[in-house]
Parts: sequence; C-alpha cells; structure tokens
Amino acid sequence: MEKKEKHIDRTKLVISIRDLHKSFGTNHVLRGIDLDVYQGENVVVLGRSGTGKSVLIKIIAGLLKPDKGSVNVLGNEVTAISYSGLEQLRLRIGFSFQSSALYDSMTVRENLEFPLLRNSKHLSRKQVTEAVEKALEAVGLSQTINQWPAELSGGQRKRIGIARTLIMQPAIMLYDEPTAGLDPITSMEINELINEVQQLFNTSSIIITHDLTCAKETGDRMAVLLDGQFVQEGSFEDVFASGDERLKSFYDYNFIT
Amino acid sequence: MHDASMKLKQKQPRRYIFTQKLDTFFFDVYAFGQFVARFFRALLLPPYEFKEIIRQCYMIGVKSLSLITLTGFITGIVFTKQSRPSLSDFGATSWLPSLVAIAIIRALAPLVTGLITAGKVGSNIGAELGSMKVTEQIDAMEVSATNPFKFLVVTRVIATTCMVPLLMLYMALLALLGAFVNVHSNEQTSFISFIENGFHNISFLDIFSSLLKSIVFGFTIGIVSCYQGYNTTQGTQGVGRAANTSVVLAMFLIFIEEIIIVQITNWFRP
Ligand SMILES: Nc1ncnc2c1ncn2[C@@H]1O[C@H](COP(=O)(O)OP(=O)(O)OP(=O)(O)O)[C@@H](O)[C@H]1O
Ligand SMILES: [Mg+2]
Repeated sequence: MEKKEKHIDRTKLVISIRDLHKSFGTNHVLRGIDLDVYQGENVVVLGRSGTGKSVLIKIIAGLLKPDKGSVNVLGNEVTAISYSGLEQLRLRIGFSFQSSALYDSMTVRENLEFPLLRNSKHLSRKQVTEAVEKALEAVGLSQTINQWPAELSGGQRKRIGIARTLIMQPAIMLYDEPTAGLDPITSMEINELINEVQQLFNTSSIIITHDLTCAKETGDRMAVLLDGQFVQEGSFEDVFASGDERLKSFYDYNFIT
Repeated sequence: MHDASMKLKQKQPRRYIFTQKLDTFFFDVYAFGQFVARFFRALLLPPYEFKEIIRQCYMIGVKSLSLITLTGFITGIVFTKQSRPSLSDFGATSWLPSLVAIAIIRALAPLVTGLITAGKVGSNIGAELGSMKVTEQIDAMEVSATNPFKFLVVTRVIATTCMVPLLMLYMALLALLGAFVNVHSNEQTSFISFIENGFHNISFLDIFSSLLKSIVFGFTIGIVSCYQGYNTTQGTQGVGRAANTSVVLAMFLIFIEEIIIVQITNWFRP
C-alpha cells in the first residue's frame, strides 16, 4: 500500500465530478455526486446492485449524458465536448465492461487489433502484431490469441477485455465489476492485474465493485454509493471502521474480518 | 413492489395524448424517423467505412445466394407450369414465354427477392446488432473511439441497398431459366425464340421500376433491421424480439412499398 501511495500525485486531478444528477424517467439514479480522482490513484466505488455505479462510469466515458452537473476528465468537460473531441478523449480512457463486451464475431487477436487498426493507422502490420502480443502477455493469456471469445472462460474474457483497453495505453482505466462472478483465485489474479496495470502505466483508475476483497486489494481510496449519493469516503480501514449502520449489511455479506 | 408502483401511479398520473398504445406507436414512428434522418446525416459525413461495406455486401451475397438460386429456379418452373393450363384453354401456349417474362420481371423477382432477403438477412442483422447491444459491444466500440452507428448501421444499410437489386437481377435470370426449362421440355421452344418471345413486351420502364423497387426494398430491410437491433433492450429476450420484428416489419413495409411503386409506374405507362 505504502509503495503505491508514492505514485499518487495529489496536485493533479484527472477526473473531477461535481453535483452530478441522472434519471431515467421517474427513476432518479444519481442524486448529486461529487468525486475527484488524482493522477495514479485507484478509487474504488462500492455500492449495492442498481445504485447507479455503471451509470456513473458510463457518464465519465461519455456513453450517457447527465441531466445536471459537471464532469471533467483530463481537463475536458465531457458534457460540453464535441463528438470528435470526445473520440480523442476516449482514446485515453480504457473501459473494462461488466460483461467484458468482447466482439463475438472476431477472434481474440482481431478484438485486440480493432482499436489499434482504427485509431493508429500509421502503425505497420508488424508493430500491430507486437502490440497485441505484448498486451496479451501483460494479462497472461498469450496462448488464446487465435481463439474466439465464446471459447474463453469468464475470467479469461475479463482479462482479454482489459488487454484490449491496455493496448491503447490509456491514462485512465474504468473497471466495471472486474471480479463479479469469478472464483476467489481468478479474482485474486484480476486484482493483481489491476495493480500491475496501475504500476506499469501509472494509470488512474475507478474500480466499481461490490467485492470487498477486490476493494481492499486494489483501492487507494473507497467511495460508498448509496441511494444515488456518496455516503462514505476514505481508506478501506476508515470506511469500515466507521461502524456506519448502512455499511453493516455489506460487511456481513462479504465475510470480511 | 406492487404497492410501490401503485403509489407511483397515484402520485404522478401518466397522461396520454391518445391512449397508451397509440402514444407508444407514434413515439416509435417518430424515433424511427429520427433514426432514418441520422442515417442520412452519417452517410454524408466522413469517415467512410469502405472496407466494412464491401465485407457486408459479401456477407449478404454469400448468405442469401443459395436460397435465391433455389427459389428463383423453382419459381420459374412452377409459375410456368401453373400458367400453362389457362393459356392452353385458348390455344395460346405460344404466349407463355411472354406472360412468364412479364410476371417475373415486373412482379415476382423484386418481391420474392425482397421477402427472402428480409427473412434471411433482416433477421440476421436484427439478431447480430441486438446481441451486440445487450452485451455492451456497441458501447465498447464507442469507447474505443469508433462511431458504431457508422461502422455497424451505415455499412449494413448501404450493403442491403446495393445487394438486393443485384440479387433481384440474379433471381430474375434464374427464374427465366427455370421457365425456359419448363417451356422447352413441353413445347420444344428453342432458347432464341424463348428470349425473343419473352422480352418482346418488356420495356425499359419495367426493368427500371423493378430496380427501383429492389433498391427501396433493400434500404427498407437494412434500416428496419438495424433500427430494431440497435435499439434492443431487455437482454437476450430482446434479441429474439429484435430479429423477429425486423422480419415482420420489413416484409410488411415491402408489401406497402410494392403497391405504391406499382401505382406510380402505372401512371407512366403509355
Ligand atoms: N439505459 C438505461 N435506461 C434506463 N434505465 C437505466 C439504464 N441504465 C441503467 N438504468 C437504471 O439505472 C439504475 C442503475 O443501473 P446501473 O447499471 O448503474 O446499476 P449498478 O449499480 O451498476 O448495478 P450492478 O451492480 O447490478 O451492475 C437501475 O435501476 C437501472 O434500471
Ligand atoms: Mg453495473
């Protein structure tokens, strides 16, 4: 933990969200979110299912439009940016989806090549192949290069999904429930991968999870989302030492001592 | 849950302009109209996805070729066979090639090709885009800075619009071949006289209107199934529904367009 702390640059904000609101019809999901993420920091967003965690990071990546509030990512106001500006910004954001979202109609190699071939047209064939192999190596799945997504396990798909975003060397990583539905050992591997990514590329990350082990292993700071607002913020120990009643059920469920 | 929803309803009584169903219908039509407008805007603005368009054209061709070949040939044979008795009652079997050619080129080829492609390609596009939508693949494309509307929708609509006319011509050819096989084996007509006889009454307007029809059909199939797929909700169930609705709606619209275009071309007939 301390070793990682050194990487965090508290003077440099990469994501800054103020008073963010989002509703779907009568369903008021996010009700005034404030969140800062500093350079090199891993922020974990904890919260129960359906509290709007995915909605939050989709707004950060510009996939959903907020109703109100400001979202500043790497110095760009996401709500006011042009489409081409947003595309430029997205090249610096890696998004690991809850469902991995690998392209079914493409092999693992093609999945990884896709963002490169489309956005870095100056690269030679050889450089593309090298980048793909390097990214696969980083997630420890070199042998799957010619397989189809349907042939992979859930954990492998998650890791390929992460590799596909790493290939663009993003400044920010957004992980949507990286360990959901995985066994403890695979979860551990994913946690380690998240930390490695952070150390290797000095990325800043938002990690959404309801897995407390994952939160503890990967997070420098926790933020607990409840009823559309952050109710607790701080280090893992602080948040769970607070004895907040609303977090108790969470705590019990995860069997952490 | 039931209580909660009841409370919600009481708190904010939903008002409808007409009835709930009618409102939803008009909203759907409006949303579809916007989708079409978005298509034309995206069509005109670069970047253009030429490579993907070619790939989609190829896929559509490959997917429907065998079915079109079979249906075309059989349609030709069957239609000729069924028409013979009514003509032979008047001793007019020599008109058979001409009758069959008119039927095939004016009506059968565009309509049958349209319906077959709607079934084969429309359901495919609906299901493919639908599953990409519900598994967040479209979002993934968007965050990797590729405009999914251009890459997935525009390419497919262009491909169907280009390929249906080609498939229609191909089908007309095969149906005529089927008709010739049947006429030849019954009346021993030679190929030359079959063609001469058959094309005697075919005008430029006939071919033009059939091409126009198939272009419209192709566009309809592409845009309807892309709309359904791209707006899929509610998980895997929604994917099935998207595929299904694509086909039903495309076929329905094809029939309506057929009627309209036939009416319009009839005004131009001498
Ligand atoms: N595109 C959408 N249209 C309508 N409602 C939506 C949409 N996306 C999310 N919602 C609603 O927003 C709420 C929060 O959804 P979200 O996916 O962010 O939850 P989550 O916190 O990520 O939960 P989980 O842990 O299950 O992934 C849910 O009630 C959901 O129904
Ligand atoms: Mg979620």
